[in-house]
Amino acid sequence: MLRFIAARLFQSLVALAIISVVVFVLARATGDPLYLILPMSATEEDFANARRYLGLDRPYVEQYLSFVGRAVTGDFGTSLRARRPVSELIRERLPNSLKLAAFAMGISLAMAFPLGVMAAVKKGTGIDRAAQIISVLGQSLPTFWVAILLVEFVAGRLQWLPAGGIDGFASYVLPGFTLGWFVVAGLMRLLRSGMLEVLDSEYVKLARVKGVAERRVIWMHALKNALIPVITFAGIYFAILVTTAIVVETVFAWPGLGRLAYEGISSRDFPVIQAVVLTTAAIVAVVNLAVDCLYAVIDPRIRYAR
Amino acid sequence: MPAEPAALARPEAAVSAPPASRGLRLPLFSLGVIGLFVLVALLAPWLSPADPHRQSLRDRFKPPAWQEKGSWANPLGTDRLGRDLLSRIAWGSRVSLGAGVVTVLLASAFGAAVGLTAGYYGGRVDAVLMRMTDATMSFPVILLALILAVTVGPSFTNVVVAIAVILWARYARVIRGQVLTLMQLDFVAQARIAGAGAWRIITRHLLPNTLSTLMVLVTLQIGYVIIVEASLSFLGAGIPPPTPAWGSMIAEGREFVTSAWWVSLFPGLAILLVVLAFNLLGDWLRDTFDPKLRQL
Repeated sequence: MLRFIAARLFQSLVALAIISVVVFVLARATGDPLYLILPMSATEEDFANARRYLGLDRPYVEQYLSFVGRAVTGDFGTSLRARRPVSELIRERLPNSLKLAAFAMGISLAMAFPLGVMAAVKKGTGIDRAAQIISVLGQSLPTFWVAILLVEFVAGRLQWLPAGGIDGFASYVLPGFTLGWFVVAGLMRLLRSGMLEVLDSEYVKLARVKGVAERRVIWMHALKNALIPVITFAGIYFAILVTTAIVVETVFAWPGLGRLAYEGISSRDFPVIQAVVLTTAAIVAVVNLAVDCLYAVIDPRIRYAR
Repeated sequence: MPAEPAALARPEAAVSAPPASRGLRLPLFSLGVIGLFVLVALLAPWLSPADPHRQSLRDRFKPPAWQEKGSWANPLGTDRLGRDLLSRIAWGSRVSLGAGVVTVLLASAFGAAVGLTAGYYGGRVDAVLMRMTDATMSFPVILLALILAVTVGPSFTNVVVAIAVILWARYARVIRGQVLTLMQLDFVAQARIAGAGAWRIITRHLLPNTLSTLMVLVTLQIGYVIIVEASLSFLGAGIPPPTPAWGSMIAEGREFVTSAWWVSLFPGLAILLVVLAFNLLGDWLRDTFDPKLRQL
């Protein structure tokens, strides 16, 4: 088991290293950052000085290594726009993003479980059909459009909930719902097909023959095993959630990482962009690692298969 | 799945026979909607009632025809600059469908090539390719597209490239998994004994066996790509104005939702319809041709 975790950890680190190279190259490919930092009146000499001061005259390999070295210790430089250490901005915004992601995840699970299980139990009926339509609809709605409509009607005309920003539990509802509904479909489908397979298995039939109450058979005996495929999906699910969150945060003026990235990109604030991309990638990598380890614990066959 | 004793089978189990035995029920809604939008995209110059770029300040924010003050000259109303919404939506379908199809074709071709190579050669080749795949998958699509939009400038090509550069990883993962299973089967070994080289085995034996999976994944991903492209256009990092794109049309109408709701509503409905159609078609393809494929 330890060997499996060590190997997986190594793989995640390699993936992160690749991303750091890509981010570094993209940041340099955008042209000379000095044009953004120095005033219009700067002379050739100012440029040369600034370049030396920022270490931009050193070879790229050296620059990359020092970038990575500092990034590992959490030092991402100073934001060109906010004139503050990027790590500070990240530390400020990251909790908000995580809270929203957790809330959205909660909503999507709260929707996917009943929908997936009911669809499987009532396979082929109107309930099955309705559950599938509810989930595929969420996947087909552009989140930013849903956000605009919700802000206009629920927050604007009805005045039920705040339209944006982060101010108490009520402000989580609209962005959380927008984000959560979008990712229900994948979860629901996996639960449904997992349940269908399990409900057909011998041990469930045995439980029925033994006279275990139907509700108990479904929600205890069957669901436990139907969950295994859902866990493998968690990594992809989380990556989609993170990507979609950027759009949702922007529309709802949510002070999270996504909005920070959007602001950073529109003002060409490269230290911020680098930091956000690396942080997001690291989070996705950690989640994937955790999922794989969890999966290996639940299903030992995985450990030997790789 | 082994045949089960009838006594134990629940009534529902009898229905769970392969769908083919019930006759093929075509997803008419999906095919109809997709067909309609493809037609509109191809024939936009002839079908749209007005020039999508023609501004007319006198006709600003005209409501849809069935509303008070609306007229059939602009069936879905006009936007902030008096441009005809229906025509802009018709032209916008070119961007959305074009981006969806081109991106997915690029991503699936590259992803399938990587997946086939990794699965066939295994070992170190597999390890290197899969680490690249992992790295790609943890890179948020929208962030990369936003970076490209800022550095190279927003354009149709950049949107397609940015999305495809991330999206191939899903194909690589899924196809590799399938190839690993296929490699265990006798026919690959037999092909090798018969003297087939790597290229022949990959293209003639492995690829055809992954086609149904590819088809399902492609269909399901077109919808996702259309949403991502629209999101990018909405954020100003997609197809630059004045080219009509559904995402940027929604963004333009955003400030005026309270008074002129139609400007944002109709392009959103168009996205919803098209994406829903592709998703339902993908679901149907999977259930019909590849029911084992649950994870997509």
